[in-house]
Amino acid sequence: MKDDVENREDRVANLKGLGCSRKRVEDARFTQGKGNYVDDIKLDGMIFGDFVRSPYAHARIKSIDAAAALEVPGVLAVLTAKDLEPLGLHWMPTLAGDKQMVLADGKVLFQGQEVAFVVAEDRYAAADGIELVEVDYEELPVIVDPFEALQSDVVLREDLDPNAPGAHGPRKHPNHIFTWEAGDKEPTEEVLANADVVAEASMYYHRTHPCPLETCGCVASMDKVNGKLTLWGTFQAPHAIRTVVSLISGIEEHNIRVISPDIGGGFGNKVGAYPGYVCSVVASIVTGKPVKWIEDRMDNLMTTAFARDYHMKGRISATKEGKITALQCHVTADHGGFDACADPTKFPAGFMNICTGSYDIPTAYLEVDGVYTNKAPGGVSYRCSFRVTEAVYFIERMIEVLAIELDMDAAELRRINFIRKEQFPYTAALGWEYDSGDYHTAWEKALKAVDYEGLRAEQAHRVEDFKAGKTRSLMGIGLSFFTEIVGAGPVKNCDILGLGMFDSCEIRIHPTGSAIARLGTISQGQGHATTFAQILASEIGLPADSITIEEGDTDTAPYGLGTYGSRSTPVAGAATAMAGRKIRAKAQMIAAYLLEVHDDDVEFDVDRFVVKGAPERFKTMKDIAFAAYNQAIPGIEPGLEAVSYYDPPNMTYPFGAYVCVMDIDVDTGVPEIRRFYALDDCGTRINPMIIEGQVHGGLTEALAVAMGQEIAYDDMGNVKTGTLMDFFLPTAWEVPNYETDYTVTPSPHHPIGAKGVGESPHVGGVPCFSNAIQDAFRPFGNRHTNMPHDHWRIWKTANALGLHD
Amino acid sequence: MIPAAFEYHRPKDMEGVLAVLNEHGDDARVMAGGHSLIPMMKLRMADVPHLIDLQDVGGLSGIDISADSIRIGAMVTQADIIDHAELASVAPILREAALQIADPQVRYMGTVGGNVANGDPGNDMPGLMQCLDATFTLVGAEGERSVAARDFYEAAYMTAREDEEVLTAITLPRPQGGYAYEKQKRKIGDYATAAAAVQIVKDGNVCGSAAIAMTNLSDVPVFSEAAGAALFGTSVDDTALKSAVSAMLDDIDPTEDNRGPVAFKRHVAGVILRRAIERAWSRA
Repeated sequence: MKDDVENREDRVANLKGLGCSRKRVEDARFTQGKGNYVDDIKLDGMIFGDFVRSPYAHARIKSIDAAAALEVPGVLAVLTAKDLEPLGLHWMPTLAGDKQMVLADGKVLFQGQEVAFVVAEDRYAAADGIELVEVDYEELPVIVDPFEALQSDVVLREDLDPNAPGAHGPRKHPNHIFTWEAGDKEPTEEVLANADVVAEASMYYHRTHPCPLETCGCVASMDKVNGKLTLWGTFQAPHAIRTVVSLISGIEEHNIRVISPDIGGGFGNKVGAYPGYVCSVVASIVTGKPVKWIEDRMDNLMTTAFARDYHMKGRISATKEGKITALQCHVTADHGGFDACADPTKFPAGFMNICTGSYDIPTAYLEVDGVYTNKAPGGVSYRCSFRVTEAVYFIERMIEVLAIELDMDAAELRRINFIRKEQFPYTAALGWEYDSGDYHTAWEKALKAVDYEGLRAEQAHRVEDFKAGKTRSLMGIGLSFFTEIVGAGPVKNCDILGLGMFDSCEIRIHPTGSAIARLGTISQGQGHATTFAQILASEIGLPADSITIEEGDTDTAPYGLGTYGSRSTPVAGAATAMAGRKIRAKAQMIAAYLLEVHDDDVEFDVDRFVVKGAPERFKTMKDIAFAAYNQAIPGIEPGLEAVSYYDPPNMTYPFGAYVCVMDIDVDTGVPEIRRFYALDDCGTRINPMIIEGQVHGGLTEALAVAMGQEIAYDDMGNVKTGTLMDFFLPTAWEVPNYETDYTVTPSPHHPIGAKGVGESPHVGGVPCFSNAIQDAFRPFGNRHTNMPHDHWRIWKTANALGLHD
Repeated sequence: MIPAAFEYHRPKDMEGVLAVLNEHGDDARVMAGGHSLIPMMKLRMADVPHLIDLQDVGGLSGIDISADSIRIGAMVTQADIIDHAELASVAPILREAALQIADPQVRYMGTVGGNVANGDPGNDMPGLMQCLDATFTLVGAEGERSVAARDFYEAAYMTAREDEEVLTAITLPRPQGGYAYEKQKRKIGDYATAAAAVQIVKDGNVCGSAAIAMTNLSDVPVFSEAAGAALFGTSVDDTALKSAVSAMLDDIDPTEDNRGPVAFKRHVAGVILRRAIERAWSRA
């Protein structure tokens, strides 16, 4: 038998398990145009819906006249709030405990808001119909600035009782949503008041957008014969969507099937529920036909969930030697017209309280005020765990500002303040328990890899040349050290709409030794079908190539909370390993029976169970699988299946050390990224190639956000960046070469020690790019300048520092 | 992103094109590569009840180089310009500029004729053609006429072309001397924050002639006779560069947009122009 001649190394390689750069099994179909995205779904009799959207950011709707639209050949219906009201569907709950208009109910609160839903036989008729729906608007004063909103007499949300508390406690003003605190206020004030050195900074983390290449969309199909609703869509959390649809429609959950087909990127944009889903479901119920709704690019950028928009004000104190003593942060968070953030219920500002970063800061206080404005709702976590990008940007800027105040090297300042290896598990001043870390090793490795001292010497030389008029180019060295907090999360403190944030895996081993595993998550490009099969291959000893991974169909997959916040590997990956171990436990009993020894006398070895001390006596997992289906084994049920629901004991805390070297043309504001080095520690590395791909992607989105990507509004609430002409989506041309590196500090509580990596490069990359810009101007007095660092803003910084004659 | 209904015409010859134009007047628009017009139609910012596709009209795709002039058919694409070895040798500025327009996919479709005819102040070719003193051939029911590129642009999207005319060719004298097309943009596919086309002739050690135009700094391309004149007869030293830049700054009239405010644009225009002149002079 072939198994006999294979040596152990070959058997390990054959599995393509943990640590193997297995090629992505998804790519064969994606690279051949054989993916199946929601817009590829075509059903008999399918009709289309699209929105009449508000051109105004704040207006009262006096009337809607659809008569002309209904005359357009092919237009079947025009839904307005009045049509949805009898069903109680003109408003819907948001993930943040607020409610949101499905269709404008008397007024609009942001430009692009959904006003009416035109249903037609094809998209062309729908588009023509939209043009002819006459809406009479009465313009109202527009507020796009959250600070102004908190002072204004203009009440944006007339539907809310101004004196009643919101979902997260008391409200200070009709346009105020919540105040959320972490840490100790008075002790922090006291340390700051008596500190040797205090540095302050106000920074605006601008509004941007995840902008997945595939926009949001769905197909709703109500089968009136059997009463079942099938909803295909771009859902990052299909099971949660099913529950939400059930709660708001009253259709029982077993009669709802939600399917996420292939998804072309999500990055947080596809977590929430949108009016398009509700309207499509209603339209399908009304017409009895499948209804498709697909956003166009402008709809996506202007209306479905944005990210960031945090005004952050910080103070940080230290001893003269640079040991940090306290950190204080206040955030004014612009949530737009409705609070539709996608955060765990108890965390209205996400995990912003990870803002003490990678540093041992004894005292800290954070306060976040959420505010309504006339902007689109959202506030999702764009390629990061909940608000972690904001938190890491904040602390990595505060460190730089403190270094300036101390006249100290910023790398050294980080080094002397890192949480030390022996301090883990480390409880931070704002409450989190960091599971593991070895920051000093990573930092030294990074600084050595880039020859940090050499770079600083070169930079100093460049500054001299600049001052001597020999060059008009400055050099910036961007540093960042980040700690992510991912894998939400322990059910005891993380839920969304009351749904605990566990995840799941169900495995069936087939008689001939192949398998299918289904998970509660859904890949949007992460390569789950590749990596989860690798986890399982190592756990159950069947080759990854013999394991199918399936996600996204609520009728077949076990319940899970979906994919965002780098939670798939920490949570569903753990469930996969645990389910695999259940399989293995049963396999052990079968193997012992077949080998006629006691259960404890066999041990697992790569792809088989062997009799201890007699490796020539073994049963492969393939043998065992077959036996599970064809042998009557006393005391053991036939079959080989397992399911695991995993509630993680803690989050995981991936970290990394990044360095960026940039040359900046002072006269034009054009930066050139000369080098980008990224060291990531995501614990156990499942597939190094996929990790590298994730790092490249995350860094590229970090480049975008730091260097130009924004959703900008004018004073009238008009979106100025509604197309890809103005919204920066980097191409191969703008992207530098990335050098990737790693250390491995396994998570102590995760079954295989993995921590998640998809979002780390974004979280660490944004401050790194920004710090490079800021650092270039440090010798000329720059303390802080806001992102995005597009040409004119870089030029403005140089200009304000008097660098143009 | 779905256009209003329109009639699609695909005539086989110019007579057919003119017939549709005459019948429908300003309800009809000709389309070359379509990469400006189609997005505008999809955004419903351009209402074009009759779209005339020029693809099947013959005789519009040639690049003819003679002893003293170059004739480029209106349907020549940016990619054709880039790939044409002889053109790259006799008028290298065309290739240098074309390589800075959009991205390869757009350049396979986007045409020189469409680029100059559309009257979009962001397009690169109009300024370039003014620098090169090109002449546009317009064909209408009354026959053919020529308009100098420097006289063609009236305002944003307003040109000397009548609604019933088609721009069929661009003719330019063989460029002489050194050249440079310098463009600052935010990213691939973007219009210029500022772009400069410079063609400069060295006569001994001094500038024998200079033609300078800039792009996206006014509602029309900006050919600055004064900027060229400021270099004439000089050794293109710092003083001359300063006066050329100063002359150009008198002629541009940028507006604020997402690329930045007016002060920034004026500053960058000066920097870009200076660099273009220096590079052109180094090649002269």
